[in-house]
Amino acid sequence: MSDRAVRWDEALLPPAMALAIALVVGDVLILAFGQSPGHVFGILLEGTWGNAYGFGQTLYKATTLVCTGLAVAIPLRAGLFNIGAESQLAAGGFAAGVAGIVLPAGMPWPLAALVCLVAAAIGGGLVGAVPGALKAKFGASEVIVTIMLNFVVLAFLNWIVAAKLHVPDSLHTAEIAAGGIPRFADFTLAFRGSAANLTLLVALTLAAACWWFLFRTKGGYELRAVGLQPEAAENGGIPLGRTWFRAMLIGGALAGVGGINYVLGYKHYYEEGFGSGTGYMGIAVALVGRNHPAGIVLSALLFATLSQGGLAVNAIVPKQMMEVLQAVVILAVAVSAPEVKRVLRASAKTNA
Amino acid sequence: MNEPAIALSGIAKSFGPVQAIRNASLTIANSEIHALMGENGAGKSTLMRVLAGMFTPDGGSAHVEGRDVTGWDTKAAIAAGVGMVHQHFMLVPTLTVAENVMLGREMTKGVSLDRAGAEDAVRALCERTGLAVDPARRVADLSVGEAQRVEILKVLFRGARILILDEPTAVLSPPEVQELWRVLRTLRANGGTVVLITHKLDEVIDISDTITVMRAGETVGRMATAGTTPSDIARAMVGREVSLAKRVASGVVVPPQATPRFEVRDLSVRGPTRARAVDHVSFTVQAGEIFGIAGVEGNGQTELIEALAGLRSCESGSILLDGRAIQSCVVSERIDLGLAHIPEDRHLRGLVLDYSIADNLIMGRQHQYAGAWSLDGARVAANAGAQVAKFDIRPADATLPARALSGGNQQKIVIARELGGERWPSVILASQPTRGVDVGAIEFIHARLRAARDAGAAVVLVSADLGEVIALSTRVAVMYGGTFVTIVNGDDATPLALGPWMTGAIKSGDAKAGTATAGAA
Amino acid sequence: MRKLLAVLGALLLVHVALLLVRPAGAAVAPTAKRVRIGIVFDLGGRGDKSFNDGAYLGGERARKELGANVTFIEPGDGSDREPGLRLLAAEGNDLVIGVGFIFTDDLNKLAAEYPNTKFGGVDYAVGSDKDGKVIPPPANLAALKFREEEGSFLVGAIAALSGGSKKLGFIGGMDSPLIRKFEAGYTAGVKHVCPDCEVIAQYAGVTPVAFRNPSRGKELALAQYQGGVKVIFHASGSTGLGVFEAARTMDALAIGVDADQFREAPGHVLTSMVKGIDASVFDAIKRVQSGSFQGGVIGFGLAEDGVGYVYDANNKALISDAVRARVEALKREIIAGTIKVPSTT
Repeated sequence: MSDRAVRWDEALLPPAMALAIALVVGDVLILAFGQSPGHVFGILLEGTWGNAYGFGQTLYKATTLVCTGLAVAIPLRAGLFNIGAESQLAAGGFAAGVAGIVLPAGMPWPLAALVCLVAAAIGGGLVGAVPGALKAKFGASEVIVTIMLNFVVLAFLNWIVAAKLHVPDSLHTAEIAAGGIPRFADFTLAFRGSAANLTLLVALTLAAACWWFLFRTKGGYELRAVGLQPEAAENGGIPLGRTWFRAMLIGGALAGVGGINYVLGYKHYYEEGFGSGTGYMGIAVALVGRNHPAGIVLSALLFATLSQGGLAVNAIVPKQMMEVLQAVVILAVAVSAPEVKRVLRASAKTNA
Repeated sequence: MNEPAIALSGIAKSFGPVQAIRNASLTIANSEIHALMGENGAGKSTLMRVLAGMFTPDGGSAHVEGRDVTGWDTKAAIAAGVGMVHQHFMLVPTLTVAENVMLGREMTKGVSLDRAGAEDAVRALCERTGLAVDPARRVADLSVGEAQRVEILKVLFRGARILILDEPTAVLSPPEVQELWRVLRTLRANGGTVVLITHKLDEVIDISDTITVMRAGETVGRMATAGTTPSDIARAMVGREVSLAKRVASGVVVPPQATPRFEVRDLSVRGPTRARAVDHVSFTVQAGEIFGIAGVEGNGQTELIEALAGLRSCESGSILLDGRAIQSCVVSERIDLGLAHIPEDRHLRGLVLDYSIADNLIMGRQHQYAGAWSLDGARVAANAGAQVAKFDIRPADATLPARALSGGNQQKIVIARELGGERWPSVILASQPTRGVDVGAIEFIHARLRAARDAGAAVVLVSADLGEVIALSTRVAVMYGGTFVTIVNGDDATPLALGPWMTGAIKSGDAKAGTATAGAA
Repeated sequence: MRKLLAVLGALLLVHVALLLVRPAGAAVAPTAKRVRIGIVFDLGGRGDKSFNDGAYLGGERARKELGANVTFIEPGDGSDREPGLRLLAAEGNDLVIGVGFIFTDDLNKLAAEYPNTKFGGVDYAVGSDKDGKVIPPPANLAALKFREEEGSFLVGAIAALSGGSKKLGFIGGMDSPLIRKFEAGYTAGVKHVCPDCEVIAQYAGVTPVAFRNPSRGKELALAQYQGGVKVIFHASGSTGLGVFEAARTMDALAIGVDADQFREAPGHVLTSMVKGIDASVFDAIKRVQSGSFQGGVIGFGLAEDGVGYVYDANNKALISDAVRARVEALKREIIAGTIKVPSTT
């Protein structure tokens, strides 16, 4: 509840530092490829924040990343490492896709989309609940279970789509009959062609809800206590197992909802591998966002920019360079967070 | 060699807005045992950390053996032979004693670690200093007292000649304390200098040569131990007269009632190693009674209290609160039934250190503050404000994280939460309630426990401090090897009478066990 | 605090300084009126030694021989395919190619949005309506399709003629119409030269995983070899690596697919049925340059050098001159149309 005023310097300096390091490393890499950093970063910015289409694509990518980032952050606040956002996202997207196919075609879109959204949350939540339950009941390591589930769930979804649901000569299901979420391009022509859609508002609402949950509710109070100090939480009558289960369930549901961005907002069908890597990227988003919903929104934007920008500059520098850059951001944040804290505290000691 | 071993003068140190030390001066002669006394938060630990190179002082100067060492770092301090043993152990539980002692300066044989050599070296050091630990054992398997010996060994192994001990006796039983004194005296005889941070008056009288008292970040007095009385020191520490923990007439054994407030029948509990840690223990505590459990740590007290609190499952037996069986209730149900628990380790179980004081004050009672959509922040803050004032928690800012407070004030948060509610709890499980807490706070905590007792609560008190158990308890049980080997009336409880039971020198089966009014099954 | 801000400032300063560096030979805006081509690979495409690398080779060849300005894009995840195509289309490329059937939907969509840009889809999946009638691709979209059955026919003939057994093996990846084409051609080739020969055809599975399951491939192949089969033709992606491994351990023969797979098991690769992705991509680019580009299904078979089999120094010893002559004759007959190769089983 009454948190000590957030230390803004501690919260913002590490990412800023990481970004600065990544920029310089990026410069060096670009030079190594014989290109001009100014030119490449120019294209990158132009292709992401410089025009409405690129900006829309960045927002589109950020939408999914906000969901998977939250899906990692909530369990992490309870002390669990959810590596399963990848399959939770896919399961959510699949559930939404199937719901959209089953629903009657004439259904008004907000209602249909809501049904699909709930289906996505249930789909992802189920996948998240399994490691949660195993952790709560048997103390099984959620890291191992979520990693294994990624294989199992993705293989199962691939099989069911390929064997039962796919449109011939494709890896996707039939188009949904109802539940399509309008794109921004439907309201303003500027976004024409970009996949950005109203799911962005859903993701932002979820981020706000997560913040409220974590820092304002009893459930969040208990969840964070379990993550910070399980023994003390237990002593306070908070059941560890149930809290872990709940955290994984929420995490899975959040990732699952991320699936509607593609399925309802973009392609209107579930396709094998639609979010490949986005779940894992959620770990980076949560890490760089310091497990805070606001931080996650910002870091999702950052990674979305790098991802979309990577596509824009792909013609002159290899994709791998952007991947290196993302890795540099992650590493730099991981390293600079404690380092910045140390320096700040040390200088506070000598200056005060 | 006329130079004092340590000379600190005018040291100041602050953390952000908090001035931890303002003007501390300390002179310690060679080969003496020097007690640094003061309430928690008085700045003792901070001052010693400055000496040990962990903090850079904002002002003042530090000299060790005549050399100006102001602002040195830990590495330099260790090289100069200054070593500190902390209140909270910094050991790697999965490594052996020898490995922990070696950590940072491993002995090698070629490229591999020389395990046998390390163990021999540690064993030799043990013999020389009288610190008895088996170097081959894993630290995780050691008792707290043994772990502390490892900490001391670690420092001595690095060649410390000036040894700083931060509250070393907080975790020791009386025999262990005597053991430690013996070690310290040996060190002194060999030319070592010892600084003892403590707040226990009798200990100081017992062991030290000279005393320096700190209060509110300043050194306020220096005296030779010979010719000082405990009350002189106490007065210097708190700045006023205090009533020391003496046995207050409370030996009224409440007559057994049909339904006792709290009853434990035939309770068995398994410990972390799956061995039976509590073995068929039975006792009753009447309303208005403090039931003390004395004993050397590691004899099942921890497991017993955890089982009573619901943190550990019972193997067999029953627990009755006002006649109602609660052994299968979860923690929150027990809390709601009026069971309060002051855990032995406030850093582990008592507090969420990164939570604010206000948040910690509602732990376990959070559902009382929950509204439809959120916790009622205003009520949480109001509760915090009231408790901070009532229990004099300092600093009086409920938004500070618990981590930022001194040990005594942290314990006050726990006490305020467990005993500060509108209603008194029915049963209070108080485990080491004054461990690492200063004199003023001890007095306060004892008063709270007595008040709870007088209000009709049944109090189960576990403490490694025999004096505390004797001072407070209506009846005293001695726990040894997982059973109660004897239970005596408070008035009959003296260190002399209980000591042999605690060390297992007599067992309940012995002929002398006639004093036991109830015993192990 | 001040220290950290100083470090931050220094880093940014270095960055700004580096921004101004322009190495010699850095990309500059295209000037000449050369034909501009954009190619989007599939996920993890480059380096697959097959499909995507084939498209890359075709593009590079066009760059060298036709002076084309070729841009490649590798998508990061599944939702990057369409934006990749769109980016290239929006940049004003003359021809935008998507490599792999998975681009089918995206290509259809973009072809409609950018009617003045030409599109190409390697292995584009031609859809059909409810009555099974083929829906032709848009006019500005060339579906680069391969008549894999023709190449498969020839390797089937080689297998029957050189294998030394009446039992021939076929292992497919995911059971799908595309892979059935291989099986159909192969079986027809075998039967054409050896009517009483038998083809044992098996598939590794029904999901895309069946294309990357070498252990399943090995299991199936071992069983076939033990059942008397001497030669196995695989059309199963990396599942085929297991087939080659089985061929090595059983000292038998296997036939590669898509590219020359001699190196997977030297001495045990009878030949490979190669798909000329590079040729098809190069061909499409050439047509754009010469103004003869046409939408619709562009078939690449034996006649167009779109498919073929490998006969070189590596496998000369395994294929006798007589067999070689016979197969070349069959090839001419197919090109001439005297032999009709079925594309369904």
